[in-house]
Amino acid sequence: MPTILRLLGATAALAAAGTAEAIQSKYNLAPPVTEIAREIHWLHWFLLIICAVIFVGVFGVMFYSIYAHRKSRGAVAATFHESTKVEIVWTIIPFLIVIAMALPATKTVVAMKDTSNADITIKATGYQWKWGYDYLKGEGEGITLLAALSTPRDQIDGGNDAARIANTHYLIEVDNELVVPVDKKIRVITTANDVIHAWFVPAFGVKQDAIPGFVRDTWFRAEKTGTYRGQCAELCGRDHAFMPIVVRVVSQEDYTKWVGEKKQLMAALADDPNKKWELAELVDRGGKVYAANCVACHQANGQGVKGAFPALDGSPIVKGEKADHINIILNGKNAMPAWKALSDVELAAVATYERNTWGNKAGEIQPSEIKAARK
Amino acid sequence: MSAVTHDHHGHAGHDHAHDDHSHAPTGWKRWLFATNHKDIGTMYLWFSFTMFLVGGTLAFGIRAELFKPGLQIFQPEFFNQLTTMHGLIMVFGAIMPAFVGFANWMVPLQVGAPDMAFARMNNFSFWLLPPAALLLVGSFFVPGGAPAAGWTIYAPLTVQMGMGMDMGIFALHIMGASSIMGSINIITTILNMRAPGMTLMKMPMFAWTWLITAYLLIAVMPVLAGAITMTLTDRHFGTSFFNAAGGGDPVMFQHIFWFFGHPEVYIMILPGFGIVSQIVPVFARKPLFGYASMVYATASIAILSFIVWAHHMFTTGMPVTGQLFFMYATMLIAVPTGVKIFNWVATMWRGSLTFETPMLFAIGFIFVFTMGGFTGLILAMAPIDIQLQDTYYVVAHFHYVLVAGSLFALFGGVYFWLPKWTGTMYDEKLGKVHFWCSMIFFNVTFFPMHFLGLAGMPRRYADYPMQFADFNMLASIGAFGFGLSQLILLYVVIKSIRGIGPKASDNYFDAKDDGLEWTVPSPAPFHTFETPPKLEWKSVH
Repeated sequence: MPTILRLLGATAALAAAGTAEAIQSKYNLAPPVTEIAREIHWLHWFLLIICAVIFVGVFGVMFYSIYAHRKSRGAVAATFHESTKVEIVWTIIPFLIVIAMALPATKTVVAMKDTSNADITIKATGYQWKWGYDYLKGEGEGITLLAALSTPRDQIDGGNDAARIANTHYLIEVDNELVVPVDKKIRVITTANDVIHAWFVPAFGVKQDAIPGFVRDTWFRAEKTGTYRGQCAELCGRDHAFMPIVVRVVSQEDYTKWVGEKKQLMAALADDPNKKWELAELVDRGGKVYAANCVACHQANGQGVKGAFPALDGSPIVKGEKADHINIILNGKNAMPAWKALSDVELAAVATYERNTWGNKAGEIQPSEIKAARK
Repeated sequence: MSAVTHDHHGHAGHDHAHDDHSHAPTGWKRWLFATNHKDIGTMYLWFSFTMFLVGGTLAFGIRAELFKPGLQIFQPEFFNQLTTMHGLIMVFGAIMPAFVGFANWMVPLQVGAPDMAFARMNNFSFWLLPPAALLLVGSFFVPGGAPAAGWTIYAPLTVQMGMGMDMGIFALHIMGASSIMGSINIITTILNMRAPGMTLMKMPMFAWTWLITAYLLIAVMPVLAGAITMTLTDRHFGTSFFNAAGGGDPVMFQHIFWFFGHPEVYIMILPGFGIVSQIVPVFARKPLFGYASMVYATASIAILSFIVWAHHMFTTGMPVTGQLFFMYATMLIAVPTGVKIFNWVATMWRGSLTFETPMLFAIGFIFVFTMGGFTGLILAMAPIDIQLQDTYYVVAHFHYVLVAGSLFALFGGVYFWLPKWTGTMYDEKLGKVHFWCSMIFFNVTFFPMHFLGLAGMPRRYADYPMQFADFNMLASIGAFGFGLSQLILLYVVIKSIRGIGPKASDNYFDAKDDGLEWTVPSPAPFHTFETPPKLEWKSVH
């Protein structure tokens, strides 16, 4: 079986080249860095070898028959057409084989489901089309991250082919990586804001759907530091291919350091809820929020996409009553998702940006107004 | 050889009132008002071939975009429409109607019935399909475009679609109604209209597999109708079946969908098993090995298919006991499926084999379908499935069972019975070229997808990281080759219809044991078995 040889060869090559930095696999499952992923690896080889042996056996017989029992070689057909004994044997033997396969798998299923006694609990929320992370429990509690694709758009839509080809992390790089300590049990709670997504990191052997309105959980304990990359695995609309997952596994000290820096940064960035913002400040901040969240549908020029996403430039809602504008941003409508997850300042900024960009000129919206509208 | 003592040469031998029945109506009325099972079967087959080309064209689009990384041809929203519509059209427009077409043509001929039980309903169930297909394909041209939520149309993504989604839903409703009517017809024909002396356990395997398939269809098509109706009301009438905010559950859609969807998988493969079980004995010149166990295995697969649906949903997060139950139940299906493979190989063993095109496709089917079966077994293991779910491994797996499985069985069936339909032998040389092109390009297309999936490339991606570039390019090249190879089939079929080639005798492959179709002339006259054949069955079953 050339397939098997090829697979074996590929795995051997990968093992030989195995370093701490995650290697992108090509022929086989990603090199495992958790106990579960290792078990999955083993199970896959176990099954593949059993299947290959059966395959060679059955088709060895068939191809021998094709060679030896052909009419052109003068073969005369026999007349047998049943044998209860043989038929019982080849019903029972496969039955025993599948039991032998199921036993080790059962052990792994039970282990995968055991999310108890986690050191750190992180909530991963799927958005169209990015991931949000909230550190809920354990060291780093209170940290929140929003991780969006950081590959420049011009590499994707063909403006810059050379940069794409040179980019080894094309489509698997994000602006804010999830950071976790090595050798700690990390429980990941998944949920979603709009449609179903799936949080998938191959090297951890983890894939868990993120379902809007529900929480599910999974866990991993990474045994090696390094950066591990995965992608959303459940079709979630247009930019399904553009919401990767990047997890940086660091040593305990580095993690403590990171938590400290992150908390300082967050304190510095926190907006004063009572501050009265100037129009220019809001537009400036809103431009960034717009670029991160809105531009994919409504486009940079505010013209939207005809037939799918409405134009904001000249839109009666954007230029009209503040309450309607706030309402649609907060609660969504049809394909427009609800943006409740963004902060009051961000929402006020983006609304103000929309009201005062392109041909629009409709005044500002203050964070306090968003706060009031949330109730 | 089954000997039949009746006058099957209807128009030659009769000198009385039957005359007016023996001339086929002509012109468009022949087709629009068709009640003849052969005409309706022909229409089904042409319809499904047309949809096969449409679905294939969409696949060309998919593979062209995936030829290299980056977005070159289509935007992701249109790419999602392509994958969704490719799936829906191939499943509901190509594979399913093709098997119904075979059933229409061959079931009455095999069991010795003059026609299908409900001839007018038969007309209706076919003529529902073209409007459904127009709705489905037409959705590309409405604002917002075609459905883009995958052929599995998971909630709540479906709520974000434009009116194309509603057109898709109505199309599925209509096709479902058509399938149910077709199934009622097939069941009634088989249970009530078999020739005297043909007990169920003497029936040709193709009729058997269709009998079981028809029951599956009747059981699950209403379930699909329910799921998509709930989607429709969630979209437009403020219900919250699949919306947590209103007390619903998106995962419930998946449960309902796959309760339909898993038996659906067997709906698409069991008649293929039947066709292969007809072909192999003829070219092995030896009776089918283990006929009774074939019947029991088919029935077991059908029954098990109802208790394995959640293996499509291991990553939604279900309790340990749920995962274990669905894992064990799924693995059990390997047993009856294995029995079928062993029986086919045993049928070939010590036969006197020749390798005409139908036999090549049958052997190709057994060989490649088994690979799809093995990857299915690997995917049945919950831990491995969690790693491979929604990756290209799954895409490889189901194309191995649906293309190399269902489609190769259909191709084999076309070559096997084409001379019976047209009266002219097909072009053997071109048939073999078609087989080898299909076989080679199929594997070039789909074998690399196993590697892509193992390495972690998710499916339904318009663009992908660099590590997946080589295999995607290879798969695209294979796909173009595979698609173009199918034009050979079209040419061979047209050639045979136009009568270019040697005339076919009644029993042109010298079949020994099975099927009354070999007792009627080729082409089969417009009316057959107007008086039931008396059969002195010498079959070994």
